[in-house]
Amino acid sequence: MTETTANGLAVPENGRSRGYLDEKGFRSWALTLDHKRIGVLYLYTTLFFFLLGGIFALLIRIKLMYPGQAIFSDQTYNVLFTLHGSVMIFLFIIPGIPSGLGNFLIPLLIGARDVAFPRLNLASYWIFVAGILVILGSLFRPMDTGWTFYTPYSAKTGANIAFLSFGIFLVGMSSILTGLNFIVTVHKLRAPGMTWHRLPLFIWGMYATSIIQVVATPVVGITFLLLAMERLFGVGFFDPAKGGDPLLFQHFFWFYSHPVVYVMILPAMGVISEVIPVFSRKPIFGYRAIAYSSLAIAFLGFLVWGHHMFVSGMSKTASIIFSFLTFFVAVPTAVKVFNWIATMYKGSITFESPMLYALTFIFLFIIGGLTGMFLGALATDVHLHDTYFIVAHFHYTMMGGTVMGLLAGLHYWWPKMTGRMLSEKMARWGWLLTFIGFNLTFLVQFYLGFKGMPRRWAEYPPQYQFLNIVSTVGSWILAGGILVMFSNFIRGLFRGDPAPANPWKGLTLEWRTASPPPTENFETVPVVTDWPYGYAKRKPADDG
Amino acid sequence: MTNAFAAAGAASPSAWKIDAVFLFITGVSLFFFLLVEGLLIYFAIRYRRRKASEDAATSDVKSNTVLEIVWVLVPSLAVLAFFTYGYMVYRDVTAPQPGAADINVTAGQFLYEFKYPDGRTAMNELRVPAGRPVKLIMTSRDVIHGFFIPDYRIKQDILPGQYTYLHLQPDREGTYDIFCTQYCGVGHSTMRAKLIVMSADAYAAWMARGEGVKAAMSLPEKGKALLEKFGCLGCHSTDGTVKVGPSFKGLYGREVHLEKGRETIADEEYIRESIFDPGAKVARGFPNIMPTFKGSIADDDVAAIVAYIKTLK
Repeated sequence: MTETTANGLAVPENGRSRGYLDEKGFRSWALTLDHKRIGVLYLYTTLFFFLLGGIFALLIRIKLMYPGQAIFSDQTYNVLFTLHGSVMIFLFIIPGIPSGLGNFLIPLLIGARDVAFPRLNLASYWIFVAGILVILGSLFRPMDTGWTFYTPYSAKTGANIAFLSFGIFLVGMSSILTGLNFIVTVHKLRAPGMTWHRLPLFIWGMYATSIIQVVATPVVGITFLLLAMERLFGVGFFDPAKGGDPLLFQHFFWFYSHPVVYVMILPAMGVISEVIPVFSRKPIFGYRAIAYSSLAIAFLGFLVWGHHMFVSGMSKTASIIFSFLTFFVAVPTAVKVFNWIATMYKGSITFESPMLYALTFIFLFIIGGLTGMFLGALATDVHLHDTYFIVAHFHYTMMGGTVMGLLAGLHYWWPKMTGRMLSEKMARWGWLLTFIGFNLTFLVQFYLGFKGMPRRWAEYPPQYQFLNIVSTVGSWILAGGILVMFSNFIRGLFRGDPAPANPWKGLTLEWRTASPPPTENFETVPVVTDWPYGYAKRKPADDG
Repeated sequence: MTNAFAAAGAASPSAWKIDAVFLFITGVSLFFFLLVEGLLIYFAIRYRRRKASEDAATSDVKSNTVLEIVWVLVPSLAVLAFFTYGYMVYRDVTAPQPGAADINVTAGQFLYEFKYPDGRTAMNELRVPAGRPVKLIMTSRDVIHGFFIPDYRIKQDILPGQYTYLHLQPDREGTYDIFCTQYCGVGHSTMRAKLIVMSADAYAAWMARGEGVKAAMSLPEKGKALLEKFGCLGCHSTDGTVKVGPSFKGLYGREVHLEKGRETIADEEYIRESIFDPGAKVARGFPNIMPTFKGSIADDDVAAIVAYIKTLK
């Protein structure tokens, strides 16, 4: 027999309300206006594509174990690496933390009941799904251009590029609407007393991310429309035979695609800024430096796109300017890393899974960032561009960085989102295999690239074989780690121990409500009187 | 100097100089890597919560402005050094070398054609004598390709509809890989060529043997024939006389004054553009009446015309 809660929702028979999760049925999810449910929908969707993209990666690495091996054709390989990049970037990494964790947490962290435009939020999810379906529809003539779709090849190839362009356009539109929603939410819906300098740093990171989303994404949308027009109407924007320029496509494309890597990393850095103080029981060091560095990164990120084009045929003068500006994006990034480490100084540190992943983020992102130095410098980039060095660099920053940040966030906020605890033991095994597998897969690729192995090659001369075998074995260990981790997630959904409201003794507002939270987030809207990092004044036993 | 880096195994000056930049960035990065990762790991271990100090309160330090300034300035200086050194060597290795031999490269799905001054064409094999600089004038027949010589540490994309350049200083004899590094279709992974650096004597012998796809005439000879065939000489002289259009004598490499006060250098790209899109850069004082030869003159023929004009000093 069912009872109803105070706000009229049906309570399950065992009597334990699960807050926003109580209401059942397809329509209650498909037509939900609750930012938490929309966040969960995004998480399921993006994590599905993470696994799908991962399967493509495993296939890629199998092909690369033996040069020329005919497990499948070179053309299939070419489609696979294009799908791997496109799926991972457009359907997982870009929406992952912002639309998943961001949707769930932003209102909670600022003490609001929902985002500014809940209906727009729901629309953005379904536009995302529509984009996915269109992209999947294009697969009956799959593309092999690489996720960068350079012309003239992408304008001439037999693949369904116009379809695909439209799908990406829709996915981009979804992220613009989400970004818009978040910006207005942060400006207008903060709880009483929540000044800008009392905002959690995850919010600062998400705010900077949302600005990039809104400003940069329209450019890539238009770029793909131009590409579709090129194919359908033969306009000639990018075709030299008609007076066009293939480099124009590259400028348009990278004008978005460089800022988008900051869309990928800023939310992850925001997660780290939340996790480190909690598990060090110390205030975050350099709050303003970290907050403002997010804005600096967002701004500088718009000025450096040409560093993807040093050998493209772009002018030397432009190359020099882009190289100079590129180096300066590294500085606010380094500032964050130093401040996180300073936070740990004289802290009281424990290593639950969120902290393990956060520390892993810092460790691997430093490697990714330092290898970027070789790519910003003109002389060395000329050698390394379009080799496996680049592949290793972006996997260290995107997977060692963003994905580890997402995993830290998932492990950290899992109890809040699901009302259950994950198994720490399984989490640690998953972490260990992931860490070992990741490094084995990608570290050797720096050397492969330096020795000249080009990227996007289905086969290669024999001198590169040994390290390719090592890398493939690494990918299997990495896959094992992901498998353990996702098993933990599935177990955690159904059999995890019930979670208290504040298992990690955090001070941000989401921990002041039940796990999982009620639909309206807070019984009463909190009044904020202090910043959320005052750990040092308390002993751990004081936080309940 | 040559012997010093050849002894170190470098195939060419570009390799040696770029490797020095690699070494510099590696050294500085390694220092910061050990310092920062070291502190990360050290703090994690040193400040881990021990049973006995379970309830210890931690320090309330929130920030330190001096520290923030230091760790903004120090990385800024490091990256400034990376930029400067990288730029200087880049400028060096991409600079045209005096006395360079011109070799035309046409890339197409999925092979490289090398056209030598004597008119012959070789597929996927670039032979050069050691010690003489080479300028590659590259264009594509279809999509964007790459041209990467790992042992020289240099690469350049090859575009359709325009020329891009690569300057080589072949030094050590040997055979070196050339790889396509810009995805160009199903044959991308097997689009490879060889750079064969021979001694001056061996090269001369090879030239005399006349291997490779032979042309009836050398590139400049072919260019001259084309100028006659397409009626260019009706408006342009080869001896300095100003006719309807500017003379070709001394044109290559000269600064050209254009209409509206603009200037340009008459390089390969300028000549090619003037053939296909003559109204784009009209020389000052001349009428804009040159017809376009797009569709009549092929890309390969343009290379021959350029080669001929270069001989008219």
